Amino acid sequence: MSQDPSGRLPAAYLVPGSSSFTEFVRDHAPEVLPGARRLPAGGAGALTGGPGAGQPPHATTIVAIVFADGVVMAGDRRATAGNVIAQRDIEKVFPADDHSCVGIAGTAGLAIEMVRLFQVELEHFEKLEGALMSFEGKANRLSAMIRGNLGLAMQGLAVVPVFAGYDLAEQRGRIVSYDVTGGRYEEVDHHAVGSGSVFARGALKKLFRPGTGAEQAVRAAVEALWDAADDDSATGGPDLLRRIWPVVAVVTADGFRRLGDDELGGVVEAVVAGRTGNPGGNPLAVQSPPQSPPQAPTQQGGAPA
Amino acid sequence: MSVPFYVSPEQLMKDKADFARKGIARGRAVVVVACSDGIVFASENASRALHKISEIYDRVAFAAVGKYNEFENLRVAGVRYADLRGYSYDRSDVTARGLANAYAQTLGTIFTTESKPYEVELVVAEVGATPERDQVYRLTYDGSVADEHGYVAMGGSAEQITAKLAERWQPGLDLPAALRLAVEALGSDAAAAAAGSGPRTIAPDQLEVAVLDRARTRRTFRRLGAPALAGLLGAPGAGAAPAEAEHGGAVPGPDTPPEPPA
Repeated sequence: MSQDPSGRLPAAYLVPGSSSFTEFVRDHAPEVLPGARRLPAGGAGALTGGPGAGQPPHATTIVAIVFADGVVMAGDRRATAGNVIAQRDIEKVFPADDHSCVGIAGTAGLAIEMVRLFQVELEHFEKLEGALMSFEGKANRLSAMIRGNLGLAMQGLAVVPVFAGYDLAEQRGRIVSYDVTGGRYEEVDHHAVGSGSVFARGALKKLFRPGTGAEQAVRAAVEALWDAADDDSATGGPDLLRRIWPVVAVVTADGFRRLGDDELGGVVEAVVAGRTGNPGGNPLAVQSPPQSPPQAPTQQGGAPA
Repeated sequence: MSVPFYVSPEQLMKDKADFARKGIARGRAVVVVACSDGIVFASENASRALHKISEIYDRVAFAAVGKYNEFENLRVAGVRYADLRGYSYDRSDVTARGLANAYAQTLGTIFTTESKPYEVELVVAEVGATPERDQVYRLTYDGSVADEHGYVAMGGSAEQITAKLAERWQPGLDLPAALRLAVEALGSDAAAAAAGSGPRTIAPDQLEVAVLDRARTRRTFRRLGAPALAGLLGAPGAGAAPAEAEHGGAVPGPDTPPEPPA
């Protein structure tokens, strides 16, 4: 950040022009931008030492669900570095502005930095223009930032966020997913990203009901995270010993709201109770008494006994 | 080839200052009033889009009078300064004092080096955790800074309005009381004094009002639209005391945006 020795605002500040913080900083103080740093040759595999063989922490599973009044986004709390749990209470769902949120998967350090820049970008635009950026505009800005990270992604430090929010113009909740090249895709109803996303997506397909209230959507999100944690070692389930719950955000026309631990504690405990003795959350298993013999022989496929 | 006349530095500065002062006095006034709930900014401004009052950062706001293009330029510079500082350090490292210093140096340099000074007067205010920790800086066209306490009026009829504020302002006003005082002061301009009929009534839709709300977290700045203002100001002509009792519970106003995420 170049500082004028006289203490006056540098001339670049007084130049009329872009309402984009990133564009302003790229011209004026590029060294503070995430993409500006030159990396030494070699991929992330060149890092050595420390727990997890020098792997940088990775953030894992995020789920997002559209409901009647907006959208719910939830993320587990685990970050992993190789085989090591790097952090048990990392937060991976952030408010982008009053009416949108972003969840991150991939290299945690880069992703958190990207979210910080994204938040400033939206706020800066809002202050300079005196108006909120459109939902499409926000999604496109994030897309440009991901594309800026492509060089690092090719070296193994990818960031794959999911963006969701309440579109004030269309008056509905929307979800946008990305790939590492910055390609953006609007998702219908629900989406999941991160290492546990395969399992979470399977769960969401079964749990999603159109037009539900926030409560059911939050429950479905926590259930889907449970399923991801059940099968993916990099996704953390709810930690009942330390009372660490997933981060769950609800975005509606009234704005962004992160659910408090008290509110969420009840949901998590209900999910855990529902899965006790029925870890797959099979709805049919609840109706039939547990002692009834499974009708396995007729249903089993080619698995040899 | 003509030889330029000699002009003494005193005369040069005086001419520039007179020029700037005249430009500033031509526009409508802005008042800033500190109260127990935060800092209130008010101006008579029929435009919904060309603001004289705006947000700079979490706890810092900006108000200006004078030439629009010049103070808009400074406002944009202020937002860039604050956002870049907050991004490269931390949100808590953006202060009104730092910004006021940067503005003072900028205005001072422009006043002495450019042939035309900026015809603007600014207030940079920061709401503190308690009323004692509020900071209000007033900056004039030549770069001088004054640390103000309680209230500021600038622009047209500033003297009459300041006199009104001095007479009526006291520490510990709540938001509706501070707002009523601000609007009454704006109405007590030179035109009203000449008419001798007491303060003019200004309709809520002719007012631009914003507040740095002490109770909010993160971004404390919010604008008060005409419906919220009408509620807070009460019926026009009503005495201060009953209106206060009626509308004491009206804070925050009906169009208060949702609490921003921490």
